[in-house]
Amino acid sequence: MGTITGIAAIGAGLAAVGAGIGIGRIGGSALESMARQPEMMGDIRTNMIIAAALVEGVALFGVVVALLQG
Amino acid sequence: MGYKLLLKFVLLLSVIFIFSTPSFAEHHEDSHHSEEEHSTEPAENKNTSELYNPVPDIMHHIADAHEWHFWGEGEDAVSIPLPVILYADGNLDIFMSSAFHHGHSSVLKGSREYTIDHHGHIHEKNGAQIFALSITKNAASMMLAFILLILLFSVSGRKAKQNNGAPKGVLGFLEPLILFVRDDIVKPNITHGHQKFLPYLLTLFFFILMNNLLGLLPGSANVTGNIAVTLVLSVITLIVTNLFGNKSYWSHIFNPPGVPLALMPIMIPIEIVGIFTKPFALMIRLFANITAGHIIILSLISLIFMAQSGLGDVFAWSISPVAVAFVLFMDLIEVLVAFLQAYIFTLLTALFIGLATEEAH
Repeated sequence: MGTITGIAAIGAGLAAVGAGIGIGRIGGSALESMARQPEMMGDIRTNMIIAAALVEGVALFGVVVALLQG
Repeated sequence: MGYKLLLKFVLLLSVIFIFSTPSFAEHHEDSHHSEEEHSTEPAENKNTSELYNPVPDIMHHIADAHEWHFWGEGEDAVSIPLPVILYADGNLDIFMSSAFHHGHSSVLKGSREYTIDHHGHIHEKNGAQIFALSITKNAASMMLAFILLILLFSVSGRKAKQNNGAPKGVLGFLEPLILFVRDDIVKPNITHGHQKFLPYLLTLFFFILMNNLLGLLPGSANVTGNIAVTLVLSVITLIVTNLFGNKSYWSHIFNPPGVPLALMPIMIPIEIVGIFTKPFALMIRLFANITAGHIIILSLISLIFMAQSGLGDVFAWSISPVAVAFVLFMDLIEVLVAFLQAYIFTLLTALFIGLATEEAH
């Protein structure tokens, strides 16, 4: 039981790492493009949030599985 | 116009409510079955060692219940009993959950004897099939949200019709939000006939927002962090998207353009699965975001009690300011998340509807 909980915790951590990389890249490149084209800020922000939400959704699948096991 | 919109709003809210109530009952049973397995061990740990285990308390706080618990333990607990409505063997039994006396006594109705276990799961002694329609904590909280939303919107709707100058008060708060949903979420994503979907998307946004914000109050229910609620919301999105999907939407699924014939057996099943994964992701996203937020806040509070049981009172006192500061920080982040999740759910729903209704090009 304890081993499975430990593995579930590692799984949740890995999901967080994946989401961190994904959202970091999205946020970084969105900032870069906003700095290049400030007039497109609104559109970029919307698309950034959509992409971040999609990445986060995948990460949360991992968290939910970890939660069910933990 | 305003009256018609209000009527649609009330209708949608009642549909959401009616559909989610039976699934509450089922979810309730499922979650407690799976919880039974892993919560027996922590309960034993609690007795054998001195260390405080926060898991059962946290699970209790995020789960649905038959009473609205505020504070205190056992007999000293301050809570509001909620009505239990059960349909068993063709009989409708209605009584207050206080009749269970916190699980110490059973309730006799005719030939049926109901008991409640410590997970809040109701059983019938003779093993009869129960169809639970109880007003649980989550259902009661949702009703509260309905009443608040209907009050807020009927007041501001009446104000908007008078149309005297710049909006003030409730309308001054709601009008920018409504315009934000219309101009920044719905209009850019639904190019073709967005008016038709505006009432649904506005209801969705304000329903999720209100329940997210109510869930942040201490002692409140975890409505949008209940997978049954988010399931119903995403199923409605699934139905709306496919009901209004046009010819080009369906042809992209059953006859994807530019795909070689040999790949069709792979592409078509993937496209069909894609119909369901989009609302499924919506369901998981909202559920997991809100539940995770609640768990983090409760875990930070639990740190104090874990420190007290493991390292003594002095350490607990010294860690309290840190834990409380973190909780305050998380709570403020959760206010942002409450808005963000309502925004994302509405935005993605509008996006899916927009993709299904746009003209072929």
